[in-house]
Amino acid sequence: MFNTASTTPGKLLQMLAALLLFAAIMGVILFIAGRLGRGKNGDKWVGYIYLLPAVLMLLIGLVYPGLRTIYESFFDAAGNAFIGFDNYKTIFTNEDELTVLRNTVFWVVFTPFVATAVGLVYAILVDKSRMESFAKALIFLPMSISFVAASVIWKFMYEYRPDQGSVKQIGLINQIIVWLGGKPVQLLIESPLNTFLLIIVMIWIQAGFAMTILSAAIKAIPDDIVEAARLDGVNAWSMFRSITLPSVRPTVVVVLTTIGIGTLKVFDIVRTMTGGQFKTNVVANEFYSQTFRADNQGLGAALAVLLFILVIPIVAYNIRQVRQGA
Amino acid sequence: MSIVTPLTTGPEITPKQLSASAVAKKKLSSPWASLAAIVIAVLWTIPTFGLLVSSFRPERAIKRTGWWTFFSDPQVTFDNYKAVFGADGGVNMADFFVNSLVICIPAVLIPLALASLSAYAFAWIEFKGKNFLFLAIFALQIVPLQVTLIPVLEIFVKLHLTGTFWTLWLAHSTFALPLAIYLLHNFMKEIPAGLIEAARIDGAGHVSIFFRVMLPLLTPALAAFGIFQFLWVWNDLLVALVFAGGGNEVAPITLQLANLSGTRGTAWQLLSAGAFVSILVPVTVFLLLQRYFVRGLLAGSVKG
Repeated sequence: MFNTASTTPGKLLQMLAALLLFAAIMGVILFIAGRLGRGKNGDKWVGYIYLLPAVLMLLIGLVYPGLRTIYESFFDAAGNAFIGFDNYKTIFTNEDELTVLRNTVFWVVFTPFVATAVGLVYAILVDKSRMESFAKALIFLPMSISFVAASVIWKFMYEYRPDQGSVKQIGLINQIIVWLGGKPVQLLIESPLNTFLLIIVMIWIQAGFAMTILSAAIKAIPDDIVEAARLDGVNAWSMFRSITLPSVRPTVVVVLTTIGIGTLKVFDIVRTMTGGQFKTNVVANEFYSQTFRADNQGLGAALAVLLFILVIPIVAYNIRQVRQGA
Repeated sequence: MSIVTPLTTGPEITPKQLSASAVAKKKLSSPWASLAAIVIAVLWTIPTFGLLVSSFRPERAIKRTGWWTFFSDPQVTFDNYKAVFGADGGVNMADFFVNSLVICIPAVLIPLALASLSAYAFAWIEFKGKNFLFLAIFALQIVPLQVTLIPVLEIFVKLHLTGTFWTLWLAHSTFALPLAIYLLHNFMKEIPAGLIEAARIDGAGHVSIFFRVMLPLLTPALAAFGIFQFLWVWNDLLVALVFAGGGNEVAPITLQLANLSGTRGTAWQLLSAGAFVSILVPVTVFLLLQRYFVRGLLAGSVKG
């Protein structure tokens, strides 16, 4: 039951066995809860036993590993010698690592703002239109596919064929460049252009998220405010600036920060499209390379901790904004 | 268009039908607004459409001409799909497809069940340390997966679980818990307290209230999180790489697609078909259950 299943029936059987085992554990928990519930202070004990499995899993699978990684970030590549803050010093002084940091800044600055802007504009444009739900599904669909599949889709867009007489471009972007009279470009190799081309993939995915959330916020703006403004005869731009934007501002902050956090941790796109080569690396991918390819566990741990530290100000800003709005 | 529309325009434009953006849009003069919307929609659809068309073109055609030539010279074949499913190409998408399903089902059901229990305790049972525990679990949402991977891998090595589905089931279930507990707790709080009190007066314990009162009312919330988690697990690459990266036996379809892109990056006949096989399930789930998914998103979600 705990072996590697290698045939399809074997895999399905193992899945079934796992689900049965889990159901049995749930049964035991509920049985004990039922018994405890009858005793004195029963409620309290039911509460604890309901929480027990989740809390145990979180302690073993999230809290302990997190602390352990912080600890390991102060050790060398093999994890034997204590080296203080040297791994962090490497991140902020080594030239390659500085490129990684620079790219991560590009990602975190551009992705949330552009994706949110596109999402907001599109949500306003299609709001109350005849084909609204279809129009929204088109933009939203990229949200449901994997970063890997999205990367394959866009790699095909960026495909390059050398500029020789009979060779035709098969990537749309280069074909457009050729149609416009230019020479085809090795889009994914040219730095820093390539980083921005990868960012476009993330924007393509996240705009749908921004649009969905903002569309709901737009629909929640009270009608009487809108009506009053309309009677005052405000034009479209001031309607947007003085009614729509202030009303959805708290939502915009949530969307920006959510996309920002997601962007910080994205590594699938970089790994699939360039493997982090040609100066496109970001922290999340560098973490993976250092930990699993270069076998530098200490530096890998420090990069993971850096990701954690970078998330905190974004979340803090989010909480402050939401509090102020309330 | 007149700037001030009198209130008595007629029944078809009642004030209720106009939102701020609708007015903004009207004033933007409709043709331009429609054009802008269409431009964005086309830009967002073309990349996927191009690869979809390519997946039905013969290999020779894909490699020599752009997919747009399909419209002047349509050639359709299913060979690419046969190739990614067939065993001889070494792609074997069918096997990885099964793996993805086998990984996803328990990785959705287990956290869903555990989180509903916890969420119930947080929402409706009084006990010491409740607020602190809830805050702690809420805060765990911001911990990036990357921070946990190596120590969790070490635990799996000690338990001799590496290379099995158990690593993925346990890892995905654990990582899902903070968000799941938080979301389900918010839904459960909205259920009127009177319902629970009435059941208590009737002598029902927390076990039967959980099953008889809560679960039926929570179906939309469970569906919302279930879809969320399903898409997350199906589309995941990082967890799969770390825990199932060693062998092909338990690797999900995203991992195989990523490998294919890495080792055969120019084999567009395989990549295009492979990409569509891998997105078939999430896109279908999404289209069928979009309503629940959107509700899950709106309930507030920071995951990773």
